[in-house]
Amino acid sequence: MSLSIPLFIPLASGLLAMLLPRGAAWLARQLVLGGTFATLFYVVAMLVDFDSSAKGLQWVTRENWIETLGIHYSLGVDGLNLFLIAVTALLFTVCALWSALREWDRPRLYYFNLGLAETAVLGAFMAQDLALFVVFFDLMLVPFYFLIGVWGRGERVQATTKFVIYTLVGSLLMLAGAIALGVLSTPDGGQISFELADLQRRTLGHGTQVWIFLLFAAAFLVKAPAFPFHGWMPDTYRATPTPVLVLLSGILSKVGAYGFLRIVLPILPGASSTLQELMLVIAVVSILYGSVMAFSQDDARLVVGYSSIAQLGFITLGIFALDPKGAQGAVIQMVNHALVVAGLFFVIAVIAGRSRESESLERLGGLALRAPVLAALFLIVALATLAMPGSPNFVGEILILFGAFDEKIVYGLVASAGVALAAVYAIRLYQRTMHNRVGPDVEPGDLSWRLDMPAIAPVVLVLLALALYPQFVLHRTEATTTTKIAAAAAKSHQTPGPDRTASSAGAPDQSQK
Amino acid sequence: MILPLADVPAPHIDYKGLSPLIALVGGTVLVLMAALLRGRFVQRSLLPLLTLGTLGAAMGLSIWVWSPGDHRPIVESALEVDALALSLSLVFYVAGIATVLLAHRSAALSDAGAGEYYTLLLSSVTGMVLLAEAANLITLFVGIELLSIPLYVLCASQVRRRASLEAGLKYLVIGSVGSATLLYGLALIYGAAGTTSFAGIDRALGDTVSLSDPLLLTGIALACAGLAFKASVAPFHQWTPDVYQGAPTPVTAFMAVATKAAAFAIFLRLFDSALLSAQFQWAPALAALATITIVVGNVGAIAQDSLKRMLAWSGVAQAGYILAGVVVGTQKGLEATVFYLLVYLLMNVAAFAVVIARERVSEWGDGMRALEGLGRAAPWLAWPMTIAMLALAGFPATAGFIGKFYLIDAAVDGDYAWLGVVIVAGSMISLVYYLRVVAVMWMGPMEVRLPSLPGRPRTAKPVGGWSPEADAWAQPEVTLVAVACAAATMFFGIWPNPLFDLVADVGTSLASLVG
Repeated sequence: MSLSIPLFIPLASGLLAMLLPRGAAWLARQLVLGGTFATLFYVVAMLVDFDSSAKGLQWVTRENWIETLGIHYSLGVDGLNLFLIAVTALLFTVCALWSALREWDRPRLYYFNLGLAETAVLGAFMAQDLALFVVFFDLMLVPFYFLIGVWGRGERVQATTKFVIYTLVGSLLMLAGAIALGVLSTPDGGQISFELADLQRRTLGHGTQVWIFLLFAAAFLVKAPAFPFHGWMPDTYRATPTPVLVLLSGILSKVGAYGFLRIVLPILPGASSTLQELMLVIAVVSILYGSVMAFSQDDARLVVGYSSIAQLGFITLGIFALDPKGAQGAVIQMVNHALVVAGLFFVIAVIAGRSRESESLERLGGLALRAPVLAALFLIVALATLAMPGSPNFVGEILILFGAFDEKIVYGLVASAGVALAAVYAIRLYQRTMHNRVGPDVEPGDLSWRLDMPAIAPVVLVLLALALYPQFVLHRTEATTTTKIAAAAAKSHQTPGPDRTASSAGAPDQSQK
Repeated sequence: MILPLADVPAPHIDYKGLSPLIALVGGTVLVLMAALLRGRFVQRSLLPLLTLGTLGAAMGLSIWVWSPGDHRPIVESALEVDALALSLSLVFYVAGIATVLLAHRSAALSDAGAGEYYTLLLSSVTGMVLLAEAANLITLFVGIELLSIPLYVLCASQVRRRASLEAGLKYLVIGSVGSATLLYGLALIYGAAGTTSFAGIDRALGDTVSLSDPLLLTGIALACAGLAFKASVAPFHQWTPDVYQGAPTPVTAFMAVATKAAAFAIFLRLFDSALLSAQFQWAPALAALATITIVVGNVGAIAQDSLKRMLAWSGVAQAGYILAGVVVGTQKGLEATVFYLLVYLLMNVAAFAVVIARERVSEWGDGMRALEGLGRAAPWLAWPMTIAMLALAGFPATAGFIGKFYLIDAAVDGDYAWLGVVIVAGSMISLVYYLRVVAVMWMGPMEVRLPSLPGRPRTAKPVGGWSPEADAWAQPEVTLVAVACAAATMFFGIWPNPLFDLVADVGTSLASLVG
């Protein structure tokens, strides 16, 4: 199986859709929908075919792309990105479906951007070369810039500009960091290479590691978003059209967290262990801040938006606990959160459709009796959000907390408060929209089986499947996540203080460049 | 009478190496002569075709002469042909061809007379080629004057427009100051080194001339300032927005890409070859200039409403990025600089072509609003502009990304990691104005309300300023230039290896850097 096929099918279908003549614009949706389905089938085949006992990468594609700069077109899948790729393919299919059931202005451009977005995100998840990762990471912004700016609502142009500038500031810093990493780790007389495996073998002085770590962290934390870097979130979430919001919040936010596991921890182990405390503080503050903000918001979208900050805080906590259980919990939680957020935003969109497009909790309420199916689906998703035992999120959060308790008990204790707070905002969101008196804007009605169900049902079904059989994910992710954090975990156990870490990380290297 | 002259040793001339220049000069004369013929066919069709033919022939001959790693003195100790000169000559020729196409319907052409216009253009290109091949200080100065003087006239060629005349005058005054400063600097360098040849200066430096010789250092500083005028490097950039805006837009496009490339050709020859031993002295100063340029250019561009001014400021900022490649004084820096100049040509010409297409039909002229709703009205223009803006901003899958990547790579590799970070910081600021252009084209209102009978609102999809003349294919040659350049920008963003092969040849051309 070649990874290039699922990677480029969406873009190819998008390009075809773009090039359709004006009269055949209706065909655009079928083309791109077909493309996302084809990718999804391919990815499902990968899930089945995946060898969970293998340690390394599978289905590796490796070609020289730009030889002078040491950049390779290098793709691979292992336990770390397998499920992220799967959930990406699923959510893009679902969003294409949701979009296809509705009318869009300038459909060719819309579906082209959707296809481009899927290729870019899949590329970022599959890339095994740092420069290639950066290329896809930045490329993601282009389709989302258009998707939000052209088809958004309200202050869409301002919102999308803010979003792109915020995130691109992060990713440009990462670009500088990535180039520095490639150049500075090249041994004298050696050939420069951005291949992750090569970078992992090469050593880098501790001081250099620290500033490169900070550049990467800026990119990943903005994308997440984590607490002090979330300034773009409220405006962007308000302006984004629903299917795009599902992708933005469900998938784009995971690329950053994934980047920590794939790139930062294995390549910069010294800096990761030195700056562990800083990252843990950011994680815990994100959890608390996100939760508190989530239950004080009136806009249903922002409740979910801030809850994402909290959830991403959990994921960051799991990663930087530098413990196998924590990291595995983080990976599982990334998948769960993507599904949950998709469900929530679709449900909110359906509710908004029944209430004159209002998403204000003040003006909603009382839908449950008139919309039993919607209420039932919403309940499943809401309970998963608050990590009810029996939901897949429970598995994820408990693993993350175990990891944190093992390594850094203080942060674990504070983070546990987040679990309780999650119950508050999830139940509040459910009550305010479904129970209480019928809100002033509400025109009760259940969800439409034709328009809404095709997108929501798959998400809820996968969520239920994972609840019943979480081992499917656990089993396939365990081996890789453990190896990814091994180096950094070893560094943090090795020495009590950062000073000796610095000397053991190869002080002679510091003068290398 | 002839006999005594025969004893004077004539310099060895390599006519093969000289052939592109001969073609250019011959073509220039031919165009000037042909312009004496009256008649619509000659003025409208024959002259541009002759000009294009001349540039095409020169380009073909350059490729024929191309032999990497070779430094051939073509006129002994005056001109030297190597991959650096040839690759930048390609930039001048392509820019010239694009300018001829873009100017085809320009008012400047009929105002100034087609023959004069094309002749001036060709002589400016000749000056640039001469400059890129210069091997000593005298040829350098002759080249720079030959490129500048026709440009002063070209700027003012739209004689019925005050802004054009003003731009010409302004450019003349500032350009002369720049040339004078440069000449003074070159004279001082000659005074210190005792020779005008670049190779000779390189040998003399650190050998017979002390690197802290005040004469030398003053000379370097003045030469640097003079060149900074030409390359619009801050703080010598103030003329740029005014002249760019005032000049006829095809000329602006030509100046933006070709003059800049020529100025950097000489930056490379003078600093990375002749004065390389003194790198310790000039590099910090140039790095500071690059930083100032990046900041000033990007900040200046933000508030602009005129697209030409915006592109002028963005050009200032881009000059700062390119300067980083000169500062490091390594083979990689040289390659990255040339790579970026090639890419810069493509992105900028695409952008200017769209500006030209729109300013001829839009009531907003070159204002930002001229692009409003272009994504819906004329996708063949909107896409090239979008690609050009994203490329200038450094988005991946465009050649601009690879170019920036290469420059930062060279900066970090040459121990100027902080300059790499400055480039990155500049790119962040630049997003504000590049993305604004994209937003204006694609993100206008979805529907506008039309005046209608009370109670029955009518809405329509807006198509900004559409008319038969505004159609993208009403000016096919302009659209063609835009589409071709944008397509090349995309192509080299995805498959840059041909360009890398080309600049790898260039990397071997400055002997001082090889090794």
